[in-house]
Amino acid sequence: MTTLQNATSAPPLRFPRLAQPFVALGLAVLAEIGIAFFVLNVVSVPLIAVWVGIPMLLVFVPCVRWFANCHRTIMSGFLGVRIQRPYRKPPMPGMLMWLRTTLSDPATWRDIAWLLVNAVIGFTLNLLSFVLFVASVFYLIYPFLVWVTPAGVFDEPFGGAILPTLTPLTAFMMVPLGLVAFLIWSAAGERLLRANAFLAKSLLGPTENAQLAIRVRELAESRAETVDTQAAELRRIERDLHDGAQARLAALSMNLGMAEEMVARDPEQAAALLTEARESASTALSELRDLVRGIHPPVLADRGLDGAVNALALTCPFKVDVTYDVPGRPPAPVESAAYFAVAEALANAVKYSAATNAWVQITHEDERLHIIVGDDGVGGATVTVGGGLYGIQRRLAAFDGTLTVVSPTGGPTTVIMELPCESSSLKITPSSGTA
Amino acid sequence: MRVLIAEDHALLRDGLIRLLEAHDFTVVEAVDNGPRLVPALVEHRPDVAVVDVRLPPTFTDEGLKAAIEARRQVPGLPILVLSQYVEQLYARELLTGGGGAVGYLLKDRVSNVAEFLDSVRRVAAGGTAMDPDVIGQLLARSTRDSPVTRLTPRESEVLGLMAEGRSNAAIAAALFVTEKAVSKHTNNIFAKLDLPPSEDDNRRVMAVLTYLSSR
Repeated sequence: MTTLQNATSAPPLRFPRLAQPFVALGLAVLAEIGIAFFVLNVVSVPLIAVWVGIPMLLVFVPCVRWFANCHRTIMSGFLGVRIQRPYRKPPMPGMLMWLRTTLSDPATWRDIAWLLVNAVIGFTLNLLSFVLFVASVFYLIYPFLVWVTPAGVFDEPFGGAILPTLTPLTAFMMVPLGLVAFLIWSAAGERLLRANAFLAKSLLGPTENAQLAIRVRELAESRAETVDTQAAELRRIERDLHDGAQARLAALSMNLGMAEEMVARDPEQAAALLTEARESASTALSELRDLVRGIHPPVLADRGLDGAVNALALTCPFKVDVTYDVPGRPPAPVESAAYFAVAEALANAVKYSAATNAWVQITHEDERLHIIVGDDGVGGATVTVGGGLYGIQRRLAAFDGTLTVVSPTGGPTTVIMELPCESSSLKITPSSGTA
Repeated sequence: MRVLIAEDHALLRDGLIRLLEAHDFTVVEAVDNGPRLVPALVEHRPDVAVVDVRLPPTFTDEGLKAAIEARRQVPGLPILVLSQYVEQLYARELLTGGGGAVGYLLKDRVSNVAEFLDSVRRVAAGGTAMDPDVIGQLLARSTRDSPVTRLTPRESEVLGLMAEGRSNAAIAAALFVTEKAVSKHTNNIFAKLDLPPSEDDNRRVMAVLTYLSSR
């Protein structure tokens, strides 16, 4: 979807306007270097028949990919045109498997086609842009050139056939030519670069099929993660119940049985057993309570995200300002993911940031839930594998959500989370006016 | 003493009725759903109501909302809210109505019969009964620059019990000290927290809680 947005709106160029001709020149030179890569690949393919082609391709194809990736980076870095990498991943490791996947990958052939097209059309476009600029400069300073150079070098433009020999004064006749060239360049220079970027995008970017394949891969990965996380969560719940509440309830019923049997014979001992039983029931209850909180916090079920985040804020040892602006209630899974994300971010702030103030902002814009958790602490928070923030990232990934941490050393820390949540899925609940 | 019960689990409801009737309470009605609760409370005006937070039909915080609504209609109606878990947000909502005669306890506390009955009687008498868990969380919240950190451990203990709604006598009994010692501690606490001393048990709990949760 991002690619579509990029195609419709042209972002500004990320370099000064005067650098434009030189970027164009650079791209023109690169386009010609591309010919070398093209030739090497085209030569290697028929040579597969005599085996020599295989090692050649093993070397040259990665070279082409590197070269194409450089262009993808340049296009996004300088021209603001994002081009996704369309390459397939081999399903299994192994050199031949890699070769097979690579050769059957349309992206490989599109790369090579691009090398050729870029060397012809891309080169022309870029060179045109550069030459227009150079020509405008050249003709604008023409009188000066005529004046400083010896006779016979610049004083007979167009071979001396059209115009008579020029003196520095009559050379001012050439200046309008420079002006015209300059106007053409200033109107067309950027467009030529953009045309060049469009060319690169149409061949280097993924095709619709490749885009779907990339999407399927992402979805498969996030689904696998979700399944893993869920399974781990179920195992944890099972273990907690088995080792905690279940064991305590068993001890409780044993104590009660003994007390029952003892109540006539030794009332005092029976009373002691009953006390023990009551204590063990209390502990079981409090363990179950913690477990329930970990699965789905009751206050979230009661009051939704708004109330639950406010309740979280109340339990923080520092002041937390909560702003909540979402019409209706998000679907339960989204709500739950958002709640745990905020809880983890705040828990991190409590544990590591030494903050004195924090704020949570939850809004709904462009069919997305935007959650920002900030604190005024010492910063330095990072997403590390196995860490709390990594856990949130994985949790959000299951919903196509993202997590960004901005936390320079010295603070402050801002955790930005985004979750897709369509307006149509927001449920309008009856207002809780009584509270 | 006339008591009204709102609890949807038949077993727990029967247990509560049995427990309270065994200790000279008269159960005027036992409600098992939210919509019936407010009219029942307003109609019977019991000496105290024991209300579960989560009730049908929504199984969310119906009981709590009904309690707040009933107290809006009948100011000072004594209500003790029971819940499977305690949430500061709810404690605050109950207390912001003002006027005391409210309680908010974990359901587990019922198992300690003597203490539970004490809480019921305290609420019926216009006092407050807050769960130690709520108070514990509030006290744990005290930050570096909070005056709560200036209290001695003993004073914090007294503050905790005070915030639960106990009288000086009850605090003295719980800590095995004389009542005089407790009143000395409370005076110190009031001084350190800048709370104006007051004879009214309720108001002092309210003052403590408001102070703690408004930081």
